[in-house]
Amino acid sequence: MKCKPCGEQAVIEVRRHRAAFCRDCFLHHCREQARRAISSHQMIRHSERVLVAISGGKDSLALWDILVELGYQADGVYLGLGIGDYSDTSRTYAEKYSADRGLTLHVVDIPTEHGFAIPDAARATKRVPCSACGLSKRHLLNKAALDGGYAVLATGHNLDDEAAVLFGNVMQWNVGYLARQRPMLPETEGFARRVKPLIRLGERETAAYCLLAGIDYIIEECPMAAGNRHLRYKETLNEIEERSPGAKTAFYMQFLEHMLPVLDSVAESEHDLVGECSRCGAPSTSDVCAFCKLVERSANTPA
Amino acid sequence: MQVHLHNPKRDVEVTGPLRVTDLVRQLGLNRESVLVIRGDSLVTGDVTLADDDAVEIRPVISGG
Repeated sequence: MKCKPCGEQAVIEVRRHRAAFCRDCFLHHCREQARRAISSHQMIRHSERVLVAISGGKDSLALWDILVELGYQADGVYLGLGIGDYSDTSRTYAEKYSADRGLTLHVVDIPTEHGFAIPDAARATKRVPCSACGLSKRHLLNKAALDGGYAVLATGHNLDDEAAVLFGNVMQWNVGYLARQRPMLPETEGFARRVKPLIRLGERETAAYCLLAGIDYIIEECPMAAGNRHLRYKETLNEIEERSPGAKTAFYMQFLEHMLPVLDSVAESEHDLVGECSRCGAPSTSDVCAFCKLVERSANTPA
Repeated sequence: MQVHLHNPKRDVEVTGPLRVTDLVRQLGLNRESVLVIRGDSLVTGDVTLADDDAVEIRPVISGG
């Protein structure tokens, strides 16, 4: 198979683009896809400082690398989740990447700073660990961005993530979540701007990007996530994609183009309900925000 | 050839020569969900793997 842009021996094919790429053309392709996403959704201006949420996995490290290659002032923030060896190993990858390239990585360790680990929070709330994990990440990453004076918080959500979330939201017809599923959420009182520059790249591409750019990342899956609903949706979508390359792109991109404008009024009415947490001051729809409630319940639940 | 798989980590023996797409199918995997690496190099689906190749099948799906 030959590289579509240059004709050299290809190392990866991307079936939905009906193209294969050599190493150099593939790295350029990935950076170009991110540049297009940033531009078309007005995610980041070149004068702005960006905080990148780093997990030590392929998506976040690829995103950090791409943003730096595109010339953005991008620092990283790693959240220690307290998930045993998995957290220790993922932190090692995040720290190695930043040290090797002389980049700034902030570390927030949830057990040290907030007194609970994600498995504790899951027990306390009697819900799946991914629920407490997602809630903690949203709160603490936003806080890290605001405290550090960053204009933008960037996350490594890719096309597969977004298509799977969309699939789940459509299965439930969760109109509120659908209205907020945007590649760029503008800054508002108490929130940094949140952007997803990898929405034009599948996770097969972000994994290949790391491999070809020489970025080591944690390959092992989070033990808390094994068998979760998000993974099952991804498998279902990939079964469709294997038979119909481009199906995931069409599903998600057509949603952005045709459905999100229809949902603008829903997003605005939900925003009107946001007040302030009486304990931490974060945006909240109730007197005490969900994260402060999580901290309290985790502290009061025996291990 | 020796094929290294993840989640859980294990090695399996597969008889070559075999095309990459046929290997992925034979292992019951979805080609959209994995990368195939021969030695240190990523390879496309049309490449034929030899019986003495060392191959890694790397999953790309993450659940976070």
